[in-house]
Amino acid sequence: MLTIAGRDFHSRLLTGTGKFSSSAVMIEALEESGSEIVTVALRRVDLVDPGDDIMAALDRERYLFLPNTSGARNSDEAVRLARLSRAAGGGDWLKLEVTPDPRTLLPDPVETLMATEVLAADGFHVLPYINADPVLALRLQDVGAAAVMPLGAPIGTNLGLVNRYQIEIIIDQARVPVVVDAGLGAPSHAAAAMEMGADAVLVNTAIAMAPDPVVMARSFSLAVKAGRDAFVSGLPETGSPRASSPDAGLGFLDKS
Amino acid sequence: MLAAATVADVHRALAARRPALTDLAALLSPAADGMLAEMAARSAAITRQRFGRVIQIYAPLYLSNYCVNKCVYCGFSADNSVKRRILTFAEAEVEADILVRRGIQHLLLVSGEAPARLGVDYLVDLVVRLRNRFASVTIEVQPLGEDEYRRLFAAGITGVAVYQETYDRDLYPRLHPSGPKADMGNRLLAPARAAAAGMREVGIGALFGLSDWRIEAMMIGAHLLFLRHQYWRTGFTVSFPRLRPAAGAFAPLVEVSETDLARLLFAFRIFDHDLGLVLSTREDAAFRDGIMGLAPTRYSAGSCTAPGGYSHEHEAEEQFAIGDERSVAEVCEVIRSHGFDPVKKDWDRCFQAVG
Repeated sequence: MLTIAGRDFHSRLLTGTGKFSSSAVMIEALEESGSEIVTVALRRVDLVDPGDDIMAALDRERYLFLPNTSGARNSDEAVRLARLSRAAGGGDWLKLEVTPDPRTLLPDPVETLMATEVLAADGFHVLPYINADPVLALRLQDVGAAAVMPLGAPIGTNLGLVNRYQIEIIIDQARVPVVVDAGLGAPSHAAAAMEMGADAVLVNTAIAMAPDPVVMARSFSLAVKAGRDAFVSGLPETGSPRASSPDAGLGFLDKS
Repeated sequence: MLAAATVADVHRALAARRPALTDLAALLSPAADGMLAEMAARSAAITRQRFGRVIQIYAPLYLSNYCVNKCVYCGFSADNSVKRRILTFAEAEVEADILVRRGIQHLLLVSGEAPARLGVDYLVDLVVRLRNRFASVTIEVQPLGEDEYRRLFAAGITGVAVYQETYDRDLYPRLHPSGPKADMGNRLLAPARAAAAGMREVGIGALFGLSDWRIEAMMIGAHLLFLRHQYWRTGFTVSFPRLRPAAGAFAPLVEVSETDLARLLFAFRIFDHDLGLVLSTREDAAFRDGIMGLAPTRYSAGSCTAPGGYSHEHEAEEQFAIGDERSVAEVCEVIRSHGFDPVKKDWDRCFQAVG
């Protein structure tokens, strides 16, 4: 069971809603993914318009609605967007994205930390999207982040776990769930993140841009379960064990 | 760079993970003339990966066709005896509401250059009236100063487009003989001023049909590289408007075919994976439909280029004739039939703390 901010989830696959060819395809893929947490860019939807294509399609009884602040360039913008979203019925969960570089969409660590502190104190469950920086992850936990979301690789690149070593440190040090977000391009990448001990992964582009998004959603769902089971079981050592005698070099013992 | 490129350079450019200006040159060079299909395939793959199966929709709102410039190719030139009109705020609101009813959420305000009638004060007052009806409001007006752009940003304008028309130093003065637009350098530096003032998105481009398209495109590429490095917080878009027939009957100086235009779009997508590529209704429906998904990320729809034209058709003179006359709904339907989602809202007015 995945627990974030006191709420339990069966699925460890979070999904996004961008880049799909239609909201109908999106919904079918979300259903097949088994995901219970779905992130939506606030810039993309109109929370007060009942006819909004994405909001009308998304069943908020079934999915935890996790709005994100994609497009915010600094802490002030992200905080304002989050508060207006909550006031418009967007709830108090938030995927915090502060991405001042519109090309790479890499997160600004300084502004992300500032916004997390403000929003956590304001009662939000903040899930900040960060580069895979272990010290930043710790600082965010210190100011009340409900989870941390390090990126596997720059968003939309499908490159997989290029930040593997840093993410391992984040996982080892974490007091809150670690959700690997962005850059996971194949189910095997998601499985690898789960085998490392990530609590969950978030996948959008790889599902939305697959030739068959629905089948790919199922594939990611299976990969996340497989990776999690492998982590729980514990993986055997890799590589060939050395054939030397086990007591080699221990001849100094019991001499006295 | 253009003359020296070889077919091998084109292949390298097609495969480049981090393309440089030399790669853009190869893609624009005669060496790539026979490789449009390869360029289209690469461009389409990048566009899908970076932007997804979506096309953004916007519409222009022409505010005024008064102009103090005498651009020899333009229907709004001060030398043309056309019916002039500037919208009052009330008239502009009527036009805007028509666009809102058609589902437009990204609005582009356009005008000729007549600062005594339509300056920064007009734009600030207008955007304050309009900003709560749209997700974003951007402008395509005369070049302004950094402080003026700052004022407009504070009032709720999120983006600025200033097209250079031509980067050809010899040709520019002949095409822009008088008026403030005769100052080529002032125009050239306007996109940087807009970005420095905090604008989220800045559009550059040239008017194709004036000078050699390959060289104009190289200049746009160099301009883009400069802007990208100096103003990393700003998103950039490029547009390749082709000269269309207009009142005053200026014939294009050079021919730029649809194949050339497609080539430009593919080359810039391959050169800059994350660049916004804008395709307006200047182009015909068949071209706009055919190139859907291959490179452009943003389409205008249902456009009228005459001030007041949404509420009163055929009253004032247009800046140029439209190539794609279909309605917003029709364009969206075509986008859907191509397997793409027509995205009307991809910004939110709440980002901006407006003054």
